[in-house]
Amino acid sequence: MPKKVENVGCPYCGVCCDDLVVTVSDDGKKILEVENACAIGNQIFHHATGGERVKLPRLRQPDGTYKEISYDEAVDYAAKVLHNAKKPLIYGFGSTNCEGMAAAAKVAEKAGAVLDNCASICHGSSFLAIFDNGYPSCTLGETKNRADVIVYWGANPAHAHPRHMSRYSIFPRGFFTGKGQKSRKIIVIDPRHTDTAQVADIHLQVKQGHDYELFDAFRAAVRGHKIPEEVAGIKRERILEAVEIMKKARFGTIFYGMGLCHSDGRNHNVDIAISLTRDLNDYTKWTIMAMRGHYNITGPGAVWSWQYGFPYCLDLTKKDIAHMNPGETSSVDLAMRDEVDAFFNVGTDAGAHFPIEAVKHLRKHPWITVDPNICMASEISDLHIPVGIVGVEVPGIVYRMDNVPIQYRKVIDPPEGVISDEELFERIHQRLCELEAEEAAKEQVKAAPVGVRAEE
Amino acid sequence: MSELLIKNGFVFDPLQGIKGDRMDIGVRDGKIVEPGALKNPQTIDAAGTTVMAGGVDIHSHVVGPKVNVGRLFRPEDKLFKSPLKRCSRMEMGFSVPSTFKTGYDYARMGYVFVNEAAMPPLHSPHVHEEIRDTPIIDNAAMPVFGNNWFTLEYLKNNEIENNAAYTAWLLRATRGFGIKVVNPGGSEAWGWGLNCEHIHDPVPYFDIAPAEIVKGLIETNEFLGLPHSVHLHCNNLGNPGNYTDTIESLKLAEGYAPKNDFGREQVLHVTHLQFHAYGGDSWGNFESRAKDVMDYVNAHDNITVDIGQVTLDETTTMTADGPFEHHLRGLNNLKWANVDVELETAAGVVPYIYSPKVKVCTIQWAVGLELGLLAKDPMRTFVSTDHPNAGPFTRYPQVITWLMSRAARDETMKTFKWLERTIDATSIDSIDRELGLYEIAQMTRAGPAKALGVCNTYGGLAPGMDADIAVYSLNPEDMPSDPAEIEKAFARCAWLVKDGIVTVRNGEVIAEPAKRTIWVDVKVPENAQVQRDIYEHFLRHYSVKLDNYSLFEEHLFNPRVIEVDTTQ
Repeated sequence: MPKKVENVGCPYCGVCCDDLVVTVSDDGKKILEVENACAIGNQIFHHATGGERVKLPRLRQPDGTYKEISYDEAVDYAAKVLHNAKKPLIYGFGSTNCEGMAAAAKVAEKAGAVLDNCASICHGSSFLAIFDNGYPSCTLGETKNRADVIVYWGANPAHAHPRHMSRYSIFPRGFFTGKGQKSRKIIVIDPRHTDTAQVADIHLQVKQGHDYELFDAFRAAVRGHKIPEEVAGIKRERILEAVEIMKKARFGTIFYGMGLCHSDGRNHNVDIAISLTRDLNDYTKWTIMAMRGHYNITGPGAVWSWQYGFPYCLDLTKKDIAHMNPGETSSVDLAMRDEVDAFFNVGTDAGAHFPIEAVKHLRKHPWITVDPNICMASEISDLHIPVGIVGVEVPGIVYRMDNVPIQYRKVIDPPEGVISDEELFERIHQRLCELEAEEAAKEQVKAAPVGVRAEE
Repeated sequence: MSELLIKNGFVFDPLQGIKGDRMDIGVRDGKIVEPGALKNPQTIDAAGTTVMAGGVDIHSHVVGPKVNVGRLFRPEDKLFKSPLKRCSRMEMGFSVPSTFKTGYDYARMGYVFVNEAAMPPLHSPHVHEEIRDTPIIDNAAMPVFGNNWFTLEYLKNNEIENNAAYTAWLLRATRGFGIKVVNPGGSEAWGWGLNCEHIHDPVPYFDIAPAEIVKGLIETNEFLGLPHSVHLHCNNLGNPGNYTDTIESLKLAEGYAPKNDFGREQVLHVTHLQFHAYGGDSWGNFESRAKDVMDYVNAHDNITVDIGQVTLDETTTMTADGPFEHHLRGLNNLKWANVDVELETAAGVVPYIYSPKVKVCTIQWAVGLELGLLAKDPMRTFVSTDHPNAGPFTRYPQVITWLMSRAARDETMKTFKWLERTIDATSIDSIDRELGLYEIAQMTRAGPAKALGVCNTYGGLAPGMDADIAVYSLNPEDMPSDPAEIEKAFARCAWLVKDGIVTVRNGEVIAEPAKRTIWVDVKVPENAQVQRDIYEHFLRHYSVKLDNYSLFEEHLFNPRVIEVDTTQ
């Protein structure tokens, strides 16, 4: 009898649907069916048992091919790379669990590495705004139960977060929102007529790159000041219409995406979005939320904040104190300046996401990819270490886009012999400690005899 | 078998009534034993020093989502304020330290048990992840109930038994410790941008008043017989003239008697009382009403309090009192984080600078100390800074010193810009009382342990209890004339033994014994109605599935469970 596993969390996007039902074959080896997931989430599960998987670490050979090696050899190689590097960079973590992130941080601290996550090239600009202006937010169930006005600004959940609108924002019937979509006004602000804009009551087609001005006009209008006839390509009446709806809301949420953090203005766009939310709270209740991308990209920001006080761009190279200065300690900037001499790509694909110049610099030095799958990064690595897929083969805690921790389950066993990120990093840590101890022993032999040195 | 003998110290153990007698304390296998029972112990010479049980903190925000927001959104709290690494992990942050720094610093001060003051139930896996990463100290965490929809519905209908069954279920689901109430009704009202400032303001939609919530939860707590009492953060925190609301809240405990098997004698713990003891009707005529509030507390045995002392630092305020944090951001216009949590609670975080140059701040400083010094029963009045709200916990040594030394208070008051106005608005200048080491032991270990219902394990030095022992370099027969020396002694204990393991020596952590998670497991009869209500709310209103809500066993770190059986 095939077995049904219920309440399964989905390892795709920051919506973190936890209502999946996965049917596993009799022998527990094959995933047969996935219910409730979107097309992309569905694919992740089927991929796990659908085709060939990398089951052993692969080390690059002089002729350019990969040769399979044991996990022990891979751990030893990785530890030596870290041990010998002056400034290694450990980057990624959008797609693994918090246990893995905590273990990786232990390794980074031991090795004196820079530790960074995908927010560095994604919602990092949101962090900059949050450092300056705060973050008046809520959990997604709060939006579902109370919100009568929803704003999507620079975000297209219809494609990027397929079940966001049906689970939390536009369509669900919550406690105080029993009529679902009928009781809600939807405002979408986007230069494109996206599929999300299709379901909006009001779509403001802001001129691309002019979001900041439009926010400014919103703030002025909320406070009752006069605004120009047209701002950012939007007529005054349409702005006032939207502002009126927002001011009269009982509870509203602004969901914003890459359209704010990666168009002109970047962190300033997010900053003024937060200010607008602050202003609106003088009249009624408003909240704001970043549409975080990967299912656990919120995780490293949480884990490393409680461990070091910084969510990303952590420079641990001093080994005794952590330091964060995006621009100086951020992955792409470090790579562009050719400042790192070893690179770990963990649970992401820097090969696909980083600028080509950054990748070229990183390729000059040892590059290790830790990921269940073959991706661009794994194909240009010196060492590729496969791990189990979190949410499918490895359980653990992940943080949803609203910072709510979701406990993910294991549906099937990983391919025989394949270990988790957490175990891998624990083993690398142990090997690092051994290497340090060996070196300390050698140092003692080399050390000068005890005595008084002459003044120099 | 590991044995330890702490020899010849001046022992202060209020749970046994030991007041500075010169004695030996024996330890075997992590427990305290009669010294005579030891065969071949390792010896710590404690002659000329003070020996107390490990410290117990009844109210501190150290783990969980709002604490972590405070860390995340304040990089400036790390800048030039973090010490260099000297234990196994880095230590970052000042007002909201990293989990590692939290554990190490508490240990250095001789503390072993810290009760996390507010756990949003939906976020319990986060709380337990941070507990795992907080070394050495044992942690408990109290889920918040005062704005929980289940609780509001049951109490509105006066269904104490159902509320008790739900409470037992939630304590198990979150691996929680007791019933925390923050701004009852007010944080639910904040869902609509509103508040309940007074205890008879109705909660929107739910149509119940804060007073009924508090009384209902006291009844629930005593119905279940939990180790700790209801732990209340009153309505109308931080506003001029709020002392009347506070006294009204305190009066809600009248007529209730404790029912439990844990030695607890109160039915209500009111936390950070300093924030609730203000007179006047504006910031202009803001004044202390500590005496009025403390008079009431002194006269009523079924109440305990902690002071919430302002330490005059730049710190980070954080509370489940969402509307208050919004109010505070309007006052100082700094950055503001807010998290409303579906069906359960809210939270806000705002940085705050308590400056000796600001009159309100120095009056707040005086109010906290007045409370501590006017207390008639130090077994019911505890040291806290509501960490990090009124100041970081690392200032406890300074708070203790202010309580122990008039000279230390005078020294601090000299730095006040508005000294005369502060003196006019408070009674601090007319209080000469200086607390002794026995009273400090009552306020920092014995009292909190008893109020938490854990005094069979923590807070004392009787044989059979956990071997958690702090030794401070203070000679009670020859106390230093310079109060700075007292502060130094409490900041870095000479020795800390935790679970029988020597953990701190000369103020430095030398071992990291395994820490524990303390939680309360209550057995109640099956309750089909409550099971159905839980099922319904999760089906329709929560954004997570019921089966993913309860903490998975694998995420509970090194548990120590306290069992309560109501079925017998």
